[in-house]
Amino acid sequence: MEPITTFSGTCVVLPIENIDTDQIIPARFLKATDKQGMGDHLFADWRYDEGGQPKPDFVLNQPEAQRAQILIGGHNFGCGSSREHAPWALQGFGFRAVISTYFADIFRNNALKVGLLPLMVAPEAHGQIIALCTADPGAQLTVDLDAQQVLLPDGTAVSFPIDPFAKYCLLNGVDQLGFLLSQDDAIAQYEDQHTARVTTVLH
Amino acid sequence: MTTRPRTLFEKIWESHIVRPQTADTPAVLYIDLHLVHEVTSPQAFTQLRERGLSVRRPNQTIATMDHSTPTTPRGLDGLIPILDPQAGAQLAQLERNCLDFGIPLFKLGSDKQGIVHVIGPEQGLTQPGMTIVCGDSHTSTHGAFGALAFGIGTSEVAHVMATQCLLQNKPRTMEVRVDGQLQPGVTAKDIILAIIAKIGIGGGTGYVFEYTGSAIRALSMEERMTICNMSIEGGARAGMVAPDETTFSYIAGRPHAPQGADWERAVEQWRTLPTDEGATYDAAISLDAGTLRPMITYGTNPGMGMAIDQPVPDPEALGDPSQRAALDKALNYMGLQPGQQLLGKPVDVVFLGSCTNSRITDLRMAAHVLRGRKVAPNVRMLVVPGSQQVKQQAEAEGLRDIFVEAGAEWREAGCSMCIAMNEDKLEPGQYAVSTSNRNFEGRQGKGGRTFLASPLTAAATAIKGKITDARELV
Ligand code: SF4
Repeated sequence: MEPITTFSGTCVVLPIENIDTDQIIPARFLKATDKQGMGDHLFADWRYDEGGQPKPDFVLNQPEAQRAQILIGGHNFGCGSSREHAPWALQGFGFRAVISTYFADIFRNNALKVGLLPLMVAPEAHGQIIALCTADPGAQLTVDLDAQQVLLPDGTAVSFPIDPFAKYCLLNGVDQLGFLLSQDDAIAQYEDQHTARVTTVLH
Repeated sequence: MTTRPRTLFEKIWESHIVRPQTADTPAVLYIDLHLVHEVTSPQAFTQLRERGLSVRRPNQTIATMDHSTPTTPRGLDGLIPILDPQAGAQLAQLERNCLDFGIPLFKLGSDKQGIVHVIGPEQGLTQPGMTIVCGDSHTSTHGAFGALAFGIGTSEVAHVMATQCLLQNKPRTMEVRVDGQLQPGVTAKDIILAIIAKIGIGGGTGYVFEYTGSAIRALSMEERMTICNMSIEGGARAGMVAPDETTFSYIAGRPHAPQGADWERAVEQWRTLPTDEGATYDAAISLDAGTLRPMITYGTNPGMGMAIDQPVPDPEALGDPSQRAALDKALNYMGLQPGQQLLGKPVDVVFLGSCTNSRITDLRMAAHVLRGRKVAPNVRMLVVPGSQQVKQQAEAEGLRDIFVEAGAEWREAGCSMCIAMNEDKLEPGQYAVSTSNRNFEGRQGKGGRTFLASPLTAAATAIKGKITDARELV
């Protein structure tokens, strides 16, 4: 995985509460066996009309959205299904971070695993960022992962929490599976001391 | 020996630590049972192949086909026809993957196939004290047995396949206490819908729920599963119920349950699991089951629920602008007016199924209402058993005949219209009363509109052709 340190970009503002993963990518697109083309299905039911044509008034269909790197959602982003297709679709569209006041647990975990930053900010700062990016769609935000800050154009720094291990992995491009594989001795020792609690093979 | 009183969750957590959590790293947690299905696993298998890895414990892994499988009746050849080539390819991929990596699979058409959260308990694989994961958020269902069970994403599916472990930060615990006695016509589904309406869909974020109290103790295993199933709808990754005699007698004799002397030893160990006297939770809420009425949702998330005889709430009454906008958007999608009564509202479809309410007791409940009655002519009713085993049992008990005589469709097992990945879906604008767990926009088919409710409410609604309080009929 590519290390992530800092990046700057414009935002798409979608300040709807409780955006669930069925909206981020509807289930009918989950029949794929790879990750290709997920970005085309991002928010499909909000983005396309019955004929499959882009709805011009939906934010993702505005020309500015094509270059955006950050999605600003409403409170409680990513609830519902555990589909990792949701962060894949967001990344596929070009997003590198999502800003909300809080994230559903599974979505946050999935996002961190694939290098999409879930940036949890305080409600006042959230409101401020929405107002700013709505008034000026060209406004650039800078995400500084090491400092755990989002920098606004006027110099204001908004901080966000992040799990220290996930941060370490993202900053250094370390993949978590590699770390788990390196724990092989400890896992083998655990298995020696505990007989399997169940077996799925019938004898 | 530790003498500190511990919760059920803490006991399971501590007994599965391979490497403790530190300031810099999460705990390495051992996983006893990994459940796999066709939708969230293909990319994980690809990752294993790319890295030259094998599945560490194929005999602690089990796969089934459920999400994208058709539930249309078998052809004359006894096979279930797969018409969607993409679904067919995904199912074929799972079969290939299971073969290559040595994972037991209940494939479509086999007599053990079914929804992943139905087959685990049914086969006796789900047992108290275990850690259980699956690339599916309703893995919380298995917590009904006093297991720590939660949903994971595809990256983590690969982690568990390769190492039988997960990196986890310790979650907080919340006691969800339900005392009192349910009134006739009020069910486990109404308990969990009421809990979610109370705390909201984000209310449990970061927590593991433990359901306690006399009302929970009085429930069957199927009912406890209904409640734990929807923990995720309140934001909690896992929900648990301490094991007791009800749990043990459900498991006894099932194919993968411990046998003979192993059984005695297992039960003895399971008896040590319940939360100790004096142990504390990080948070607590409570509910009186005796005051509950049948619940129904009116909006586009499971937290937008109310007693069935209440009026649809008014966005104008909400102080918070963001909440007001959310409710406004939901009512607009649902085509409902503030203050409207849902009782008497005509519906197009009734769906009885899903990992929330497709077990034998759910079908019995609905059949009890439908016996000798007819589904209204304006309604299409689908009955989708959770597994082939449930289907067989229901047929043996004569439930199938009750449904078919009433005019309902009797289907093969699978997720079906809960997620609309196969041909079972709502048409745009259609209304459904559904026993499933999610009423998100388009969840049951693009443009479809879902009212979540219990199997009793679903059956009563099917008969009347409009949303009906089952207490009128039972
Ligand atoms: S029945 Fe519905 S909620 Fe349950 S596993 Fe299937 S799709 Fe998911």
